[in-house]
Amino acid sequence: MATISIRDLVVEYDGRRVLDGLNLDIASGETMVLLGGSGSGKSTLLRQILGLERPKSGSIVVKGVDITKCSPSELRKVRHSIGAAFQSAALFNSLTIEENVALPLREHTVLAPSVIDLMVWMKLAVVGLADFGNLHPQELSGGMKKRGAVARALSLDPEILILDEPSAGLDPIVAAELDELILLLRQTFQMTVIVVTHEMASAFRIADRIAMLYQGSFISVGTKEEVKTSRDPRVRRFLDRVPASMDNPATIATYFHEYLGRKEAFQ
Amino acid sequence: MATILENVGRKTIEQLDYVGTVNIQLWSTLRAMKTAFPVVGNRYRWRATVRQILQIGYDALPMISLMAVSTGFILAMQGASELRRFGALHYVIDLVAVGFTRELGPLLTAIAVSGRSGSAFAAEIATMKVTEELDSLRVMAFEPIEFVLAPKYLAALISVPCLTVVSNVFGIVAGGLFMFLSTGLAPGLYFRYVLASIALRDVIMGLFKALAFATIIAHIGAIEGFRVRGGPDAVGRATTSAVVKSTFLVIVADAIFTTIFFFFGVH
Repeated sequence: MATISIRDLVVEYDGRRVLDGLNLDIASGETMVLLGGSGSGKSTLLRQILGLERPKSGSIVVKGVDITKCSPSELRKVRHSIGAAFQSAALFNSLTIEENVALPLREHTVLAPSVIDLMVWMKLAVVGLADFGNLHPQELSGGMKKRGAVARALSLDPEILILDEPSAGLDPIVAAELDELILLLRQTFQMTVIVVTHEMASAFRIADRIAMLYQGSFISVGTKEEVKTSRDPRVRRFLDRVPASMDNPATIATYFHEYLGRKEAFQ
Repeated sequence: MATILENVGRKTIEQLDYVGTVNIQLWSTLRAMKTAFPVVGNRYRWRATVRQILQIGYDALPMISLMAVSTGFILAMQGASELRRFGALHYVIDLVAVGFTRELGPLLTAIAVSGRSGSAFAAEIATMKVTEELDSLRVMAFEPIEFVLAPKYLAALISVPCLTVVSNVFGIVAGGLFMFLSTGLAPGLYFRYVLASIALRDVIMGLFKALAFATIIAHIGAIEGFRVRGGPDAVGRATTSAVVKSTFLVIVADAIFTTIFFFFGVH
């Protein structure tokens, strides 16, 4: 049975359809990468999976609970089994990294402070920040912040780990380190991992399956090899890095001629 | 004509939505506030309340004291210039004492707190919104109202009345200083007259207003922060809007309370 099951998901903002009838199953222990260009709906889909927004129609069942229709208390219970690291890391600047990681443990468990300290140290050690726990987020580099956010997402040992653009804005070496960290986490903790990215190298390194979004719809869902060998022109354009506006130079030339003509007529 | 009606309708719905949201926020905060109390509340959360009390109350003491001294002095001088003509200079004592305890103390304090802390609430919450910290709280199964707003509101409910008492004392002391300098009235005698001119209900009325003003400042600051959409520029707009709206509403609420007290004979 799938850990996350999305059925006929439709999301609209002010009448504009952002996600158009999405269907996707994510199995337990699977690493699913949501790939797509800017504005394709990746982050919107992520917010839906996290229960941060309600869709226009459709359902998202997480561990047997339809989070689009459940009560707030049921949603809170589901969220205890989800860890998420946002694109901006979203660490609390008033707290140290240790305190950020300790926060869910302090609030949601009755563990003794000494046990919490030990668990925090372990989570920070997993992401390579054991020596930086007493620093505040603003004292860390971009890559360290993202790793701190992953450590906080891991604090309650979630079954599902969701990462939004983990390697965006990072240099290739730090991005590769994060990829290895994701693989390590999946192998060690057997987590279901969902990663939203538009970095293809990262996607092909970490994914079991890839779901590619284009204008709010999935245009390809399959294994890395299936996506790599896809003949869909929209997938190929993304994979081969073909600029969308250059696929028809004649259209652009016509546009410029018309524009210049209008300008001359006006003068 | 239809466009005008549409605009009026849209604006009305927006305003009703705003009022409704503030009401829901207020009741949710009151329900969540038990966690922000010292000893009986959440052992980590009440520290945030204490920190907020220091920021809203203790840090504002010099500013509010100076404002109260200046206003007390101005009120005494302006009152004296008129009352002297009728040989009623001793009524300056009543003017300053009653004026401050019932009206100027709570109002001056509220305007100062609105500028200092209302803006800070809006800026902090808006920044948390644009940096996804509020989303991150929700995903960790925390309610932002309980986590962010409850300690601020409780701190405002404690700090604003305390600051009001300080403002009253400094305003009245300034009146005494003026009377000593202009008429040589002994401070001991001045304070005996002050105690004779104010009743307990004056102080209670002032403190009741202070509680209402604290509610307005905390909740308008918070809602402006929570409703932010966009980037850093939206944070600036939210901050300005919080100060403008809360100052305006504090004055309107003051007028309503004073009218009620006047017509129900509580004066």
